[in-house]
Amino acid sequence: MVSAVFHSPLDAADEPVAEAPAAAVPAAVKPAAVPAPRARPRRDWRALWLQILPPVFGLGLLVGIWALLTIKGGNFPTPLQTWQSAVDLFADPFYRRGPNDQGIGWNILFSLQRVAVGFGLAALVGIPLGFMLGRFTFLNRMVSPLVSLLRPVSPLAWLPIGLLVFKSANPAAIWTIFICSIWPMIINTAVGVQRVPEDYLNVAKVLNLSEWKVITKILFPAVLPYLLTGVRLSVGTAWLVIVAAEMLTGGVGIGFWVWDEWNNLNVQHILVAIFVIGIVGLLLEQGLMLIARRFSFDD
Amino acid sequence: MQDFIDVQDAAMVFQTARGPFPALRDIRLKVAQGEFIALIGHSGCGKSTLLNLIAGLIKPSEGVLICDRREIAAPGPERAVVFQNHSLLPWLTCAGNVDLAVERVFGARESKAQLKARTQAALELVGMGHAANKRPGEISGGMKQRVGIARALAMEPKVLLMDEPFGALDALTRAHLQDELLKIVARTRSTVVMVTHDVDEAVLLSDRIVMMTNGPAATIGEILDVDLPRPRDRVALSEDPGYMRCRKAVIDFLYTRHQRPALAA
Repeated sequence: MVSAVFHSPLDAADEPVAEAPAAAVPAAVKPAAVPAPRARPRRDWRALWLQILPPVFGLGLLVGIWALLTIKGGNFPTPLQTWQSAVDLFADPFYRRGPNDQGIGWNILFSLQRVAVGFGLAALVGIPLGFMLGRFTFLNRMVSPLVSLLRPVSPLAWLPIGLLVFKSANPAAIWTIFICSIWPMIINTAVGVQRVPEDYLNVAKVLNLSEWKVITKILFPAVLPYLLTGVRLSVGTAWLVIVAAEMLTGGVGIGFWVWDEWNNLNVQHILVAIFVIGIVGLLLEQGLMLIARRFSFDD
Repeated sequence: MQDFIDVQDAAMVFQTARGPFPALRDIRLKVAQGEFIALIGHSGCGKSTLLNLIAGLIKPSEGVLICDRREIAAPGPERAVVFQNHSLLPWLTCAGNVDLAVERVFGARESKAQLKARTQAALELVGMGHAANKRPGEISGGMKQRVGIARALAMEPKVLLMDEPFGALDALTRAHLQDELLKIVARTRSTVVMVTHDVDEAVLLSDRIVMMTNGPAATIGEILDVDLPRPRDRVALSEDPGYMRCRKAVIDFLYTRHQRPALAA
């Protein structure tokens, strides 16, 4: 379950670049001869093009089809109209005209803040819990059925419970984020602890290391890649869920904004919001991947 | 010479999903201080199990193991283990890996500078001083195995336990490391118990070769004294009649009298 999640489409996208220099240099002895991994002799423009062109084509195709479909007019905005309203929106992203009319920048920041709080609380509870589940079989067998039972439940089903308990929309939204981000963290951390290679634990036994040293020098570094995978999955889900939760709770936030613009029948703004949500999600994912790569080791 | 390791009637039965599996029975072995012992046998004969028993990683189902007049109940730093697959922690540098052992054994008594000197000395001993700040991922398999040996030696153990330490290496690197090990052991006068499946390695390195019968319920079939003078030189020994005789005796045991069981072939 976990091993598969380490690879992202982006890893695959990197591969052609690594091979391209060998193909571009005719003097290369064999195609199998892998160029020295760290030596970057000179900028390979062909490889760069191969990396940049396909995504540009993909985006162009999307916009092209969209433009074709809206060419006759109707109530669906064209790409150009959407672009113009995006430019207008981002000309002044941080205005404030009353509680229900604030700039798109504020809406994004409020959503991110809810995700951060809910996710942070989930990490605070989920990671130590995952460690304990991985370490103690009894606890694992006790909690696993509960996790399996509750994990498939849509986090939005927890929203009424949040509203009931906290009697306010904002904590209820945070509660929903908490619930949806806690499962991947518990599960990935627990699996990571269980998969710490027996060899490393034998080293700890033979060296007779103290429990503190075992945790800091062996368990934690060994589990870290799994843990970060859990964190990445959690943040991804949290960003998915926050939009839906805010649609239901209202207030300020990108989800509520989408719903508000729908009530105003301002479809351009909804389309802009979709792109913005996608870009923020992508940035969150990329940021965490960068951190994960920093902490991955090969032996 | 006194008995240093004493295995008294040890037996090991593993509880598996398919019922109890007897791995070892009636193991009686005495190892003197400074002696080099090789454990040899076919795969699955329990030689690694015996090593793990001496290391204290597992407890015998029957019998007692004694090291330096004390019963072996748990792993301890006086019995250092060199694992088959080096088992270096990939997130620590070579020095960091050795440090872990040094700090555990000497950390309470010595200053930081002394500990650092010990780590460096251990790495120098195996010819890896230059790679102190490299991570295991950046060095070759043979180098990793050297660092693994350095980690074990840095603890100044009374016994060095090696589980097929050179098994995963190519023949040239293996020969080179065997020569290094001979020199190191001559210098440190360590007691060594080494698991191997390589006849030449066993004869070249050890004072006695413990040959094990096939499992399940394996035991010591025969013990061969290798009375070749030290220091030993592999080139000179390759035509030495004493060397040939030892080699023949081990091969005879392994392939004529105790053939590998058919299912493992």
